[in-house]
Amino acid sequence: MNLSFQIQGGDFTSAGTASSQVRRTLKELGVDASVIKRVVVALYEAEVNVVAHAYRGTISAEISPDKVFMKLVDEGPGITDIEKAMTPGFSTASQEVREMGFGAGMGLPNICRNADVFNIHSVPGKGTTVEITIQFK
Amino acid sequence: MTVKEMADALNLRIFAAGEGMKNKVEGGYTSDLLSDVMGYADAGYVWITLQTHKNIMAIASLKELSAVILVKGFEPDEDTLALAQEEQIPLLGTTEQAFEISGRLYRLLHP
Repeated sequence: MNLSFQIQGGDFTSAGTASSQVRRTLKELGVDASVIKRVVVALYEAEVNVVAHAYRGTISAEISPDKVFMKLVDEGPGITDIEKAMTPGFSTASQEVREMGFGAGMGLPNICRNADVFNIHSVPGKGTTVEITIQFK
Repeated sequence: MTVKEMADALNLRIFAAGEGMKNKVEGGYTSDLLSDVMGYADAGYVWITLQTHKNIMAIASLKELSAVILVKGFEPDEDTLALAQEEQIPLLGTTEQAFEISGRLYRLLHP
């Protein structure tokens, strides 16, 4: 089963829509609750990253019998130093975004902690692609 | 303890109630950083925060939190309130600051 979503940069009111839909679908499929929790955390963080940093993006979630594969492709400024971006506490978020309680530098670490496989590649000036796989065990 | 019993005991203001007032309170989490709550709060927890925008209810729903308490007399944004009602997640308030209400909730849950 495939789900796909569009994200607009800066649209915080819609942040979480994809996570919520994927969660609902996995619940209906009877996926283990502890697995769904990890999917929700990882996908929400990835979704918020696109909203907070990119101009626009797409999310696809491919659900197979044993795993979910989620891919987020954005058009945006990209990340020049991924290693630095992965450091807990490091963030390039704007002051406005930080005041909302986002941009604490915990997003990518949260994704990393909850994903079984996590890939990120970025072209500065073009955009970032994040791939998250979570096994149903 | 249910959210209703907690709200009564701590004399909380009720912005949105609904079915969720029957939720069981499993614990509490005090933080204003959304990723902190996303990453570390657990289902059934009450979230104590000064954030008032809509995303707090999105997180409360995704994490299956039992309720959200706004501190220092802050009131929810209009769309925050609407989402709380839609999701049937209690949105509560207090004039106390986070330290005080967290302490009182802790004592209530761990007498």
